[in-house]
Amino acid sequence: MTASAGPVGFFRERFGLDDRALERALGSALERQVDAADLFFEYATQDQVALEEGIVKSGDRHVEQGVGVRVQDGERQGYAHSDEITVESLSLAAATARAISERSGSSAAVRVRDAADGRDLYPVATSPTDVAIERKVRLLEEIDAYARARDPRVKQVMASVIAQQRHVLVAASDGTRVGDTRPLVRLNVQVIAADAAGRRREIGYQGMGGRYELERLLEPEAWRPLVDDAVRVALLNLKAVPCPAGALDVVLGPGWPGILLHEAIGHGLEGDFNRKKTSAFSDRLGQRVAAPGVTVVDDGTLPGRRGSLNVDDEGTPSQRTVLIEDGVLVGYLQDKLNARLMGMRPTGNGRRESYAHLPMPRMTNTFMLAGSEDPEEIVRSVASGIYAVSFGGGQVDITSGKFVFSANEAYRIENGRIGAPLKGATLIGNGPDVLTRVSRIGSDLALDQGVGTCGKDGQSVPVGVGLPTLRVDGLTVGGTEA
Amino acid sequence: MTAARTPLEGRAAIERALARALGAGAHSADASLVETDAVEARVRGAEIDFVKQSRERVLGIRAFVAGSGGLRTALTSTSDLAAETIDRMADETVSLARATAPDAAAGLPAGGFAEDAPALGLLAAGDRHVAVEARIEDARRAEAAARELDPRIANSEGSSVDSSFHRFVYGNTAGFFGEYESASHSLFCEPLAQSNGSMQRDWWMTAARRLDALEDPAAVGRRAAERALRRLGARRVPTCEVPVVFEPMIARSLLGHLAGCVNGGAVYREASFLAGRLGERIASELVTVIDDGRLPGGLGSRPFDGEGQPTRRNRIVESGLLRSWLLDTYCARKLGLESTGSAARGAGGAPAPAPSNLWLEPGKLGPEEIVRRTERGLLVTELIGMGFNPVTGDYSRGAAGLWIEDGRVAFPVEEITIAGQLGEMLSAIDLVGSDLLWVGAIAAPTLRVARMTVAGS
Repeated sequence: MTASAGPVGFFRERFGLDDRALERALGSALERQVDAADLFFEYATQDQVALEEGIVKSGDRHVEQGVGVRVQDGERQGYAHSDEITVESLSLAAATARAISERSGSSAAVRVRDAADGRDLYPVATSPTDVAIERKVRLLEEIDAYARARDPRVKQVMASVIAQQRHVLVAASDGTRVGDTRPLVRLNVQVIAADAAGRRREIGYQGMGGRYELERLLEPEAWRPLVDDAVRVALLNLKAVPCPAGALDVVLGPGWPGILLHEAIGHGLEGDFNRKKTSAFSDRLGQRVAAPGVTVVDDGTLPGRRGSLNVDDEGTPSQRTVLIEDGVLVGYLQDKLNARLMGMRPTGNGRRESYAHLPMPRMTNTFMLAGSEDPEEIVRSVASGIYAVSFGGGQVDITSGKFVFSANEAYRIENGRIGAPLKGATLIGNGPDVLTRVSRIGSDLALDQGVGTCGKDGQSVPVGVGLPTLRVDGLTVGGTEA
Repeated sequence: MTAARTPLEGRAAIERALARALGAGAHSADASLVETDAVEARVRGAEIDFVKQSRERVLGIRAFVAGSGGLRTALTSTSDLAAETIDRMADETVSLARATAPDAAAGLPAGGFAEDAPALGLLAAGDRHVAVEARIEDARRAEAAARELDPRIANSEGSSVDSSFHRFVYGNTAGFFGEYESASHSLFCEPLAQSNGSMQRDWWMTAARRLDALEDPAAVGRRAAERALRRLGARRVPTCEVPVVFEPMIARSLLGHLAGCVNGGAVYREASFLAGRLGERIASELVTVIDDGRLPGGLGSRPFDGEGQPTRRNRIVESGLLRSWLLDTYCARKLGLESTGSAARGAGGAPAPAPSNLWLEPGKLGPEEIVRRTERGLLVTELIGMGFNPVTGDYSRGAAGLWIEDGRVAFPVEEITIAGQLGEMLSAIDLVGSDLLWVGAIAAPTLRVARMTVAGS
């Protein structure tokens, strides 16, 4: 593979996709009257090495290539994809995609031009998939030995390294021709601990990753704190007591609890739901949806972050989009289709899982800006509530606005003091209302460690979240202790 | 553009991969090829939202290399089926395997490969060339029926249809080769109900191996609309402990959690709260759970599993007693048991145990009777979130549904959670409905759990 030629050169050399070939393929998609057409080429390699029971049992490598051809006419989209990148498969896909239009005549011919702005948010010297498997094996063996040496109650260690290198190329009827090479790495550590009697077992998980050199994961200073944390949570949960049930004041820790924003706010502000007016946030631009002081942004331009992109999957450069400013709703997340139909500008949020999927408005890195309060003071301000510092997954009903997210490290707060660890519980709230209940915002904004994956309509994309310590009053906590 | 490199077809691709892996020094190997041709579309109101056609092929190669005390394993996959790519991937699989650790339990099944080819009704001949236009018409009918039902249904997320054709080809160096074709068709309708500033969505769906086995599109649309309408005006209830009734569509998720906890992978890792409890009582005696890979027309049916083992009927839970895990060859060896023919193998992935057609045997009560016998409680019609921990069985999920007072549905509820522990929930099942619902590979009837914590205002 020729890294020096960049993603555009990669596709030119491997598949003969020069600008003329792209224009011919676009021309074929434009043989009817349509509003827009685009081509999305992808060549992705993913490696995974996994350890359990003290040994690396398997190494995996997956290579995925293909092209998707899309035609848009009004609100309609025609899409066809193929895992063969050839003249024949492209023209077949184009014929299928353009059938969506019932208008006769053909659209104007297209000249594509390089739309790259020279920015690279995630340059790597070595593709993560080119790092020798032996080094990943050694890392996992070191992690296993280290975790087991931490405490005799550690019974099982499961760890994996995932490395991905994804080349994409977009050519569109608006003349955009841009490529992107996207490295992505991730380290996962899961620990199962059992109490002395062997009666109770609990799990602790921690992970990290992003668009950076795989070598960063190999450094003991990087992975040791991660393993310490997974062991700590597993042992902590051995002592966890049942969680209370009912409406309580909740303090969210910094970083990963930003999943609150992703579920409660982010999805509801995606352009497609607002164009269709199926979101609880539809027609609410300019209205107060959060307490004063609350500012939420989606930012795809943070260097090296898991949710970052140089350009989205429609070739639009990523950007920082303010969604809520000082409590007022000011922006939506847009792809090209929904921006065009709503008379707005694309925001670089048109994303797709792969060439086999249609793009949709999706989040990148979504977080709340820091406030001014001392995080410890925020905990002390709660008479009776819970302090939740780590979460598993979440989900939202866009239309009713109801969202959930599940704590996997949480503590009781009584009289301002952190008390017993609590068994995992789901928190449920109402998106358009939850941020109006924010009463204190900490000064300690942190982003997550790079493990978020967002699912929508069956498509998964990597995302990031972030939050300062936050107090939310009267959130329903789904424990078992009524 | 460069000249097309002709991709290899089914058996030729498998044989080339296996021969090349052996030539590169593999002790043994297997390979699978998954081909999918699909059409998908969504209609909103009277307008087409999107139409999508796809064709995907993925070849997966698994190679074993001899080591001291066991075999070393690696796995690769590619969607490029050119001969030279297959050769390169096979070589790479063997060299990756050399870097992993020997594992005494790794390797192909010792024997017992499928010899029969049962007729399972996985593909109706007439469905093969289904026209996307016909499926779009199904979506239009569902969409129209939903909107015609009530003026409060004026918007939607749309009605989606899908028709997929699959071919699974599998071979190994132990001499087994097999292939089968299957289809699946579905229709999913998701309308919005609006009234007095309140907005609610809900959905209904149908799915089957044969097009003519799908529920009528208009009926799907009306059912979806009724479900959305009955949620209007939902409110919270105070935190309490009450009986919780799960509709069949929702009760399936409890079986999904159970399937994860009887999965051999979770069991040998002791990452399941049920590990070590084979033969013990884990549920009420009203609970019998079957997994059958050969249910005629079943969405989870297949003649052989992802390692060439014949599929079969497994009794997982019998009158509350845990009778069997779901096992592939590897997990079976780890636990000193035999494979249950449950190795699933997705496009290019490693085999791993998974349910085929899994269901909870229905009882005799109609769902209305179950509500009537519930003096005060919750009928769950939707669950959201991922609040289930298989290691401990702890369960806490967001819920919406209908409140039951005096044996009748009183009003819709939302923004609440239900919580418990899966083992205790299964043991507390005290009423089982007769209304087993098949819309996927996992099916359940209406179930009532005698007591759970509902958290609300």
